Amino acid sequence: MDDNLPVPVSILRVKKETSLIHTFVVDRSFAFSPGQFVMVWVPGVDEIPMALSSENTITVQKAGDATSAMFNLGKGDKLGIRGPFGNGFAKGEKLLAIAGGVGAAPLLPLARADCVMTLLLGARTENELLFVDQLDECTDVLIATDDGSLGLHGFVTSLMDDLNLGIYDRIAVCGPEMMMRAVLARVEEKGIAHKTEFSLHRYMKCGLGVCGSCCIDPSGLRVCRDGPVFSGDLLLKSEFGHYMRDASGRKKPL
Amino acid sequence: MVQLRLGPVTVGGVVLDNHLLLAAGILGTTGSSLARMLSLGAGGVVTKSIGPHPKDGHAGPCLVVLEDGLLNAMGLPNPSKEFADEITSLAKKPVIASIFGGDPAEFALVASWFKDRVAGFELNLSCPHAEGYGAAIGTDPALVKSCTHAVSVTGVPTWVKLTPNVTDITEIGKAAEAGGASALVAINTLKAMRISTGMRRPVLGNRYGGLSGSAMFPVAVRCVYELYESCNIPIIGCGGIATADNVIEMMMAGASAVEIGSAVYNEVKVFEIIKADLYRKEGLPSTEIIGCAHG
Repeated sequence: MDDNLPVPVSILRVKKETSLIHTFVVDRSFAFSPGQFVMVWVPGVDEIPMALSSENTITVQKAGDATSAMFNLGKGDKLGIRGPFGNGFAKGEKLLAIAGGVGAAPLLPLARADCVMTLLLGARTENELLFVDQLDECTDVLIATDDGSLGLHGFVTSLMDDLNLGIYDRIAVCGPEMMMRAVLARVEEKGIAHKTEFSLHRYMKCGLGVCGSCCIDPSGLRVCRDGPVFSGDLLLKSEFGHYMRDASGRKKPL
Repeated sequence: MVQLRLGPVTVGGVVLDNHLLLAAGILGTTGSSLARMLSLGAGGVVTKSIGPHPKDGHAGPCLVVLEDGLLNAMGLPNPSKEFADEITSLAKKPVIASIFGGDPAEFALVASWFKDRVAGFELNLSCPHAEGYGAAIGTDPALVKSCTHAVSVTGVPTWVKLTPNVTDITEIGKAAEAGGASALVAINTLKAMRISTGMRRPVLGNRYGGLSGSAMFPVAVRCVYELYESCNIPIIGCGGIATADNVIEMMMAGASAVEIGSAVYNEVKVFEIIKADLYRKEGLPSTEIIGCAHG
């Protein structure tokens, strides 16, 4: 082992992606595989897991105390970074990526790696769609919005119905858990759950596979170390889409 | 290297599958995680410490990796009474519930939730970074005795985990023994701190934390050796054990079994790996090794 204390970084600029999603550009780059995450230390507040949207950017949705505190930070303010951690998405040559909301953040570097043929991008409304232009530059983007303000009126799962899923060798999914569960049901029907991967979000304390706060039922696998990306067939009969645990370890229905 | 013959293992009233237990606070938050560690070769598992009320634990960072150990301040996060549901599926398995409270009544309350579901209790009288719990109690011999008594009267095997953050650990060990402990577990983490020079502040959210891993193995060996000289109940050695030879060394100091925690960071299959090195058919009975470095 080497000393692996959080690496101090300074924020170079903050880009407002949507009203609730900001991208923080920092002054250090981190070599990573798409789908890996970092633990971001907001000094005096907390430390939370977040996706890297590039080697020097973190894209964050305002949700709890730590992310709200981050939204008050600007140029020159400091963060601590541990990682990257976790497994990331498996390699493929003909990928379909499916993103919901801030779930587009870890899928942007995957799309930029030039292996994503098609990307399905969903959000509640046009204003909440993340990375439309950046994704358009590197892959074929199909859009769905819950309110129909842009693209298909409906969910990303409806976009799946118009595709020949057989032409893709892997499917990578990241988004709200209910959306991912709907995608899992679709790929299970088609018998391709085993080639579909989902990036899970669970409460994490250590990020290193030691404390056990992010273990999933019934496998006991650690989201931070054995994941966060898991194969669909492993998630079929699991807590995924049903419940997760809070900081104390108590189960909370979705 | 000395190797052991694997026969039946009973330590402090608990029947184990082998001499290697999963230490408290490591992958012990859920029943499925504990089941996984048993399937990966642990001879017994100690749960995350469970207390009288649900706790979220400290703000992060909660754990950092050092050159030869881990530094953590989790803050005793636990689901409290709801944890009973987690271990329902592990009935009759070698599961030891780690419990904590602020006084004997709280220890008795928490023990009452689990006494019919576990093979034994381990009293956390030693966490160095939780105000009002753990080492706040475990450094006072009178409180150690009364809290131990409050749980040992259940008749369930009661192990007491000791803090090394005292002048004389044998005084605490004797107090636990007087309270009816069936075994001592030595040791919990050493109170410690690191400062991020770049951030100009302590690196843990709680500022203070506990050091575990190889860096504190010599401290743990010393504590087990001292306790073996002064107490008459079995000792479970804990602190920085990462190899089969570490297990043998801890047993020679006086441990009847060991707990392994931080080594899980490098390798989740550490139990299988150590077992493969530790045991062989022609090995020595553990009775020949335990405490042999004394006298």
